[in-house]
Amino acid sequence: MNWKTAFSTNIGKKLIMGATGIFLVIFLLVHCYINAQVFFNDGGARFNELAHFMGTNPVIRTVEIGLFVFLFWHAILGMRLYFKNKARRSVGYAVTARSQNSNWYSRSMAILGTLILLFLIIHLRNFWGPNRYSQTFGSGERDLFSDMAEHFSNIFVVLVYVAGCVALAWHLVHGFFSAFQTFGLATHRYKGIIKNVGIAFSIIIPLIFALMPLWFYAGAQGWFDMHPSVFMEHMAAAAQF
Amino acid sequence: MNLTLKVWRQKNAKAKGSFETFKVSDISSEMSFLEMFDVLNEKLINEGKEPIAFDHDCREGICGSCSMYVNGRPHGPWKHTTVCQLHMREYKDGDTITVEPWRANSFPVIKDLVTDRSAFDRIIQAGGYISVNTGNAVDANAIPIEKQKADDSFAAAACIGCGACVAACPNTSGMLFLSAKVSHLALLPQGDPERKKRAADMIHQHDSEGFGSCTNIGACEAECPKGISLENINRMNKEYMGSIFSGSKV
Ligand code: SF4
Ligand code: FES
Repeated sequence: MNWKTAFSTNIGKKLIMGATGIFLVIFLLVHCYINAQVFFNDGGARFNELAHFMGTNPVIRTVEIGLFVFLFWHAILGMRLYFKNKARRSVGYAVTARSQNSNWYSRSMAILGTLILLFLIIHLRNFWGPNRYSQTFGSGERDLFSDMAEHFSNIFVVLVYVAGCVALAWHLVHGFFSAFQTFGLATHRYKGIIKNVGIAFSIIIPLIFALMPLWFYAGAQGWFDMHPSVFMEHMAAAAQF
Repeated sequence: MNLTLKVWRQKNAKAKGSFETFKVSDISSEMSFLEMFDVLNEKLINEGKEPIAFDHDCREGICGSCSMYVNGRPHGPWKHTTVCQLHMREYKDGDTITVEPWRANSFPVIKDLVTDRSAFDRIIQAGGYISVNTGNAVDANAIPIEKQKADDSFAAAACIGCGACVAACPNTSGMLFLSAKVSHLALLPQGDPERKKRAADMIHQHDSEGFGSCTNIGACEAECPKGISLENINRMNKEYMGSIFSGSKV
């Protein structure tokens, strides 16, 4: 079998989905580590330092190209598989009881993935795009910490980001395990461990990401400087509203 | 008990087909699901009408002929049970039951609830065998086989080729069947010499029959009447990688 045939069978494509997925998982880990530096509350000193490295190091910038390639490959191949599979049952069932035999999120990878992609467009438009633009045509790198503070003072932006993280979490719960199954690693002995590590990863990483906009929003509202009783009054007012 | 049945009727492969509603009465809770269909068919024949066509043979859960999608689930609601072994004590007087054929473009409907599952046969023909020289049968115990492997192989060999996995799969994939057939030979020393070629050939055949691609949803495992495990798909993926990344020509 030549390489082209090897990766164009159903399982071959699945291997590509798994491999690109695992790459994206590793990316999430790095991204999360760097961005979590904002929680040091040092005005973005540590965060901006790492962001500067990531944004200017030639090796990282090369990997960045790979990241986009893998992301689009994963998304496009996933979509194609979804529509192809749908077309394999031209006459559908009148009655289905899918909840009896499978989890909704494992059946909803395409829709969850689409939500993540929509979120990514907004996300790149907020940070990555303006920064690269300014680096290439403008006055050099932007202060990403200030950018975050600015964007996340808007409650609607915050809500979009939290929703993006929720979609990501459900996508990961299935995707993480699924990739290992695809590589034939989810054997009897390891399947339980992989499942649990996958669930932990799918909760922890999106949670840390979701806390970032919330953290900036809270900061912008002055909640961190507020006396607890004043804070509670605010909350009570919000609850009544 | 008295029941209402909504059954898919389709004259032939080309006809359009639609649901027809039947009332069945005096159904004993001890009848099997297929026996209820026998009662209904007898009535239809006596009335001079066309009986409902459905597949069945052994009626003891071992041949894999029976194939009904009952209220949204292949083989009905009982775990690890074929529809021929589903019994009417599951239902209450007045229930409505919808019965459909397997839905998959690779399993075209021939008539009513009968589908053409010969795609599975062609997958087996593509590599689901071992090549042996003719002559005297070799003593069964001549080759020692590790107990665990023998058990796993046996569990995979329990697949009766009914196609419920395809019917249940939102992707219309036949991977559970395929992986059971790849696994049961790959695990044994007799199947070892041809394992790479077998995995590759059978997988190609599966694809060219138009089955969908697996996304590890697991509905197949949940609905399989023989409890074929998803671990077989895991093993087959490994077999496939073994065949594409090996140095030898497959
Ligand atoms: S794997 Fe299970 S559901 Fe699929 S054909 Fe075999 S016995 Fe039927
Ligand atoms: S009729 Fe043989 S398995 Fe149901």
